[in-house]
Amino acid sequence: MIFTLAARELRSMFLSPMAWVILAVISGLCAYFFLLYIDLYLQLQPRLAAAPDAPGMTDVIVVPLFSTAATVLLLVTPLLTMRLISEERRSQTLSLLMSAPVSMTEIILGKFLGVFAFVLLMLVLVAIMPLSLLAGGDIDIGLWASGLLGLALLLASFCSIGLYVSTLTAQPTVAAVATFGLLLLLWVLNLAGSTGNDGGGVLSYLSLLSHYQPLLKGIFSSTDIIYYLLLISCCLVLSVRRLDADRLQH
Amino acid sequence: MTDDILIKVEELTRHYGVQTGSRPAVDNISFEVRRGEVLGFLGPNGAGKSTTMRMITGNLAPSHGRITVNGIDILDQPKKAKADIGFLPELPPLYRELTVDEYLRFCARLNRISRDKQTNAIGTAKERCGLGDVGKRLIANLSKGYQQRVGIAQAIIHSPAVVVLDEPTVGLDPIQIREIRHLIRELSNEHSVILSTHILPEVQATCDRVQIINQGKLVLSDSIEGLVQRMQTSSLRLRTKNRTNNNILLAIEGIVAVDAIDGDCVQIKHKPEINPAAAIAKMIVEQGWELLELTPERRSLEEIFVDITTAEQTADESVEKTGIEKTEAAA
Repeated sequence: MIFTLAARELRSMFLSPMAWVILAVISGLCAYFFLLYIDLYLQLQPRLAAAPDAPGMTDVIVVPLFSTAATVLLLVTPLLTMRLISEERRSQTLSLLMSAPVSMTEIILGKFLGVFAFVLLMLVLVAIMPLSLLAGGDIDIGLWASGLLGLALLLASFCSIGLYVSTLTAQPTVAAVATFGLLLLLWVLNLAGSTGNDGGGVLSYLSLLSHYQPLLKGIFSSTDIIYYLLLISCCLVLSVRRLDADRLQH
Repeated sequence: MTDDILIKVEELTRHYGVQTGSRPAVDNISFEVRRGEVLGFLGPNGAGKSTTMRMITGNLAPSHGRITVNGIDILDQPKKAKADIGFLPELPPLYRELTVDEYLRFCARLNRISRDKQTNAIGTAKERCGLGDVGKRLIANLSKGYQQRVGIAQAIIHSPAVVVLDEPTVGLDPIQIREIRHLIRELSNEHSVILSTHILPEVQATCDRVQIINQGKLVLSDSIEGLVQRMQTSSLRLRTKNRTNNNILLAIEGIVAVDAIDGDCVQIKHKPEINPAAAIAKMIVEQGWELLELTPERRSLEEIFVDITTAEQTADESVEKTGIEKTEAAA
């Protein structure tokens, strides 16, 4: 049932030009950054070769690419998640799901998986770019995989936050703006942490970015993984509750 | 025969808004729907029809009361109960970017029809709703009438025991309305149908039983026959030429009053147990008047409807008034 809903979501996305445009823009932008980092690496290469214990190709190209991709996707995900529930609410198709023998949890999970599947597609586009380097060199597959895992978890968090915001409103645009604001806030929360005020540590801990960076460095810490999983499940539970509240609306 | 009751609604109440003083949208409604019955829900706009239907289909939680579908409580086992219900809301819930076939397939999956039966179910639903040749077309490009049919197809695709249709003929042209009514009659062979409308002839044309709802309260629940009986009144309309004296008519047995409507036309009120039509005709011949019209008068459904709904309102107001007077007296 969850997969039926997810498949419908994915299908509807590809039936509008939106999905294709987003995929094109993402791969275009990321390809540009990829080339930029390759260029940088080629400039630095003579000096790196001389220095002992110098960063390798993966550190100079792949890690910055994933880091930039995260920023680009932060801008794009709200556009994908905005219509998940709000559009259904606005066009009153939600009652189709509500009167079908489907639970609210199934609806939310279906929606989440649908949009996450699309996001994974974008991720694949980004992930295969560094693999092309294998043709002429060697990259650290471990670092690549850990960065990829981080990016996947990060995107899943983006999706779940976007999904929750989408359940709050009947206006997709409102959902997009609110999601974008919220994501950006969570992204830069660690800036407050770095100034060294009281409570800065907590803010820094809550930031999406500060749990992504270790994974980019190849540090696989269960704390970071659990942070993302908690965030995702929390948003999903909230979404289910919010959707259920529609029936009890005042 | 209790197992033949498909929907049982008991003391259903729904409040909107938290302030307890406000009038509930649906106020303590109880009714039953039997197998194979078409129940018409009639009421002015904002009477609580849609709210009731949305509660029956599990789209809205009731503030009080119980709804059982086929013996299953919709709040305790929503999934099981919803499997027996098909719902067409006021606005058909269509994904406009899909084709009719894709949409119906999604609905079939959503209603957990097993994979091997899906194609069959879609075919049957399409055939019954006259969608045979538009399967490959985008829903967005269909006319309103066809979209409405897709909405109905969606509601009957899993052959539910009860089909709930909220104003199914709104915005359709007269030919489409006739087709949809025909379809509804056809549905009643296999399903029970609950239908809401504010168009009165529609009820006469399609329903077995009528419930009139006004301001959230059930004010009338009757069979169509009962309703037709209510429509009969004890008066005749007479139109003649050369009539000189109305008072002669009063001499006929059973006639209570003769009211002039215009020059040639009078309304004759008679006792309900005696029909004086034959005697009147005889007198007309004897008097040498030229008979143009002699018809029994019927109250239209509209009149009954207005009577019931306005009577309810004035009763309410008088209650409120006496209430105010009482509080004033107490002060």
